[in-house]
Amino acid sequence: MTKTVTDVICPFCGTLCDDLEVVVSDDGKTIVDVYNACAIGAEKFMHSQARDRVKRPRMQQPDGTYKEVSYDEAVEYTAQMLANAKKPLMYGWSSTSCEAQSVGHEIAEKVGAIVDNTATVCHGTTLIAVQDVGIPSCTLGEIKNRADRIIFWGCNPAHAHPRHQSRYSIFPRGFFTNKGHKNRKVVVVDPRRTDTAKMADYHFQIEQGRDYELLSAFRVAVRGEWLPDTVAGISKERIYEAAEMLKSGRFGIIFFGMGVTQSLSKNHNIDEAIMLTKDLNDYTKFSIMAMRGHYNVTGSGQVMGWQFGFPYATDLSRGFARYNPGETTSNDLLVRGEVDAVFVLGSDPGAHFPISSVKKISQLPSVCVDPHITPTSEVSKLHVPVAFVGVEVGGNCYRMDNVPIDARKVVDPPEGMLTDEEFLTRVNKRLEQLVAVT
Amino acid sequence: METVTITMKNPPGLFLEADNVSPDTFAGKKAADIAALHAFEGREQTSLGKYFEVSGNGGATAADTRIVVKGDVSRVKYIGMKMTAGEVVIENSPDMYTGAWMQGGKLLVKGSTNAFTGIGMKGGELVIEGDTGNYLGAAYRGDWRGMQGGIIRVRGNAGSDTGYFMNGGTIIVEGNTDVHVGTHMEGGTIIIKGNVPSKVGGQMVEGTIYVFGTIDVMMPGFKFVKDEEMEVDGYKGLFSLFHGDLGERHPKRKGQVVYGKLYQKI
Ligand code: SF4
Repeated sequence: MTKTVTDVICPFCGTLCDDLEVVVSDDGKTIVDVYNACAIGAEKFMHSQARDRVKRPRMQQPDGTYKEVSYDEAVEYTAQMLANAKKPLMYGWSSTSCEAQSVGHEIAEKVGAIVDNTATVCHGTTLIAVQDVGIPSCTLGEIKNRADRIIFWGCNPAHAHPRHQSRYSIFPRGFFTNKGHKNRKVVVVDPRRTDTAKMADYHFQIEQGRDYELLSAFRVAVRGEWLPDTVAGISKERIYEAAEMLKSGRFGIIFFGMGVTQSLSKNHNIDEAIMLTKDLNDYTKFSIMAMRGHYNVTGSGQVMGWQFGFPYATDLSRGFARYNPGETTSNDLLVRGEVDAVFVLGSDPGAHFPISSVKKISQLPSVCVDPHITPTSEVSKLHVPVAFVGVEVGGNCYRMDNVPIDARKVVDPPEGMLTDEEFLTRVNKRLEQLVAVT
Repeated sequence: METVTITMKNPPGLFLEADNVSPDTFAGKKAADIAALHAFEGREQTSLGKYFEVSGNGGATAADTRIVVKGDVSRVKYIGMKMTAGEVVIENSPDMYTGAWMQGGKLLVKGSTNAFTGIGMKGGELVIEGDTGNYLGAAYRGDWRGMQGGIIRVRGNAGSDTGYFMNGGTIIVEGNTDVHVGTHMEGGTIIIKGNVPSKVGGQMVEGTIYVFGTIDVMMPGFKFVKDEEMEVDGYKGLFSLFHGDLGERHPKRKGQVVYGKLYQKI
């Protein structure tokens, strides 16, 4: 006999689907099947079942081999490393619960660390723009029920957020959108003809790196002002036509992704997109939302925001919070040699950061807390495997629209394994003794 | 005027936050007092004397104090921060935030500076003989008040985001800059003697930008108005005037809409 756990949260992408059904064995120890999830979401659950999973902390030896150590030794190494560093970097936080993030921040405050999350290479530029000009946003539920003008700018949810379109943005039948996609006009702005672009009513195949110009041109067109014949490879007629189409909707939304946040102009692109949204509100209701990647990167920004006042790249080294992307962001810190120890939890900078940064991690005292073996665990001195959040332990997470949802536990972690929160709590306790002495 | 010379002898392993290196804090202090002033390396509070050899005493006031910074200061931030008077001469290339929030006096850098030079500057004169990084005379994160007064002259090139949220004062870059010049500008003057690739004056409300060289891609919200004979920083000649950014809000004065002005040398 098996049993089915319903209303399970998917701890993979920022869509944070909350309708999964997971079939578990009778003893509650193994996952048999996952329903409703997309392929990548289902894989996250099945991956926790891998037989070759690392179940105890491992210390890298000088010859590159690993030696198994106890959790106690791992706690001691981590606490000593953080206590002895002048400016440690504590990076990651996007694939863990808000509860764990909060304990991590307590540690960071004790040791004068810099806390940074994956936004640093993703939507951090969005957060800069939001700080500069504010953001008119809404929830995904409002979009499902009301939105009839959908823009995807520099994002490809067909691959990155597979259920986003069926649950919220293109196909669902909502209260005021009872004809589903027939009620909606979909615009995709992308230099490539992506699978999302193939579903769109309008595809603006923009010249690469000219998003800022095209967004600006939309603002000019909304105001009915003069435009040059083409902008970013798009004719002015199409720009004026699109502006009218957007104005004539009842409720519009701009979704945007890393195609605009990490290409030329970065935060300025988002700044301009937010201002376009604001301008369109003179004619109809319009909102804008970041397609956040990791399932709880939004939560990391929330927790850091209410604890320190900044959503990422927070420098606590002088005992008060400072924030200046370009200086206090992980890659700048690593490449410039501003930090002397690296602690990673809930992300894989080894896979996502430039090689120059990864090399620096490998040269510094470093700890990687991650259920998987990853490129980061491979370059770190100590790898601490932990339980999977959202599979083996619950916890609070924030969806891309800043709605908090509690993740559920479906199965037990392997015997004797700690969770992120438990490991961090033990490090924090040890630091209470260490930092008081120094 | 009294001169204090500080020479880097023992460079920091990480980076040094030396916001005390300013005529305002050095004024009225003997060499030994100056060496005892605090500085930060990571979370460690140390003293300037740990890194620098200090000779000479400060003058009675900031205006009477001249600081000469010698040696390798490439890992030192915040030199001349918030200075209100006096003089600072940096013989080599300091790191970030040189002359940040400067209010008066003179700061001369004989080498180059890194990012955030002269951010939020209110007054005084800042000269960089080499190049500078991104965010020259810009606003600090989240601030809507970039440079508000004073003058910055860079003899070499600048990075991106020059004069971000600028609303007063003058920036002159004698070389080229990277993208984004005068984004969100609300006032003041930027003069670029070299070339700018693109994104000049985006979201500009008011203020004036002069570009002597080329602009590869013009912002769509800039409309040609007329050609004008102008005198700009010692050069006299013909410039094309563009009004913009037409996508942005603009105030009205005496019944006339006030635009940002972009002049390009013909
Ligand atoms: S769309 Fe995202 S949250 Fe939903 S099932 Fe797929 S990976 Fe999980």
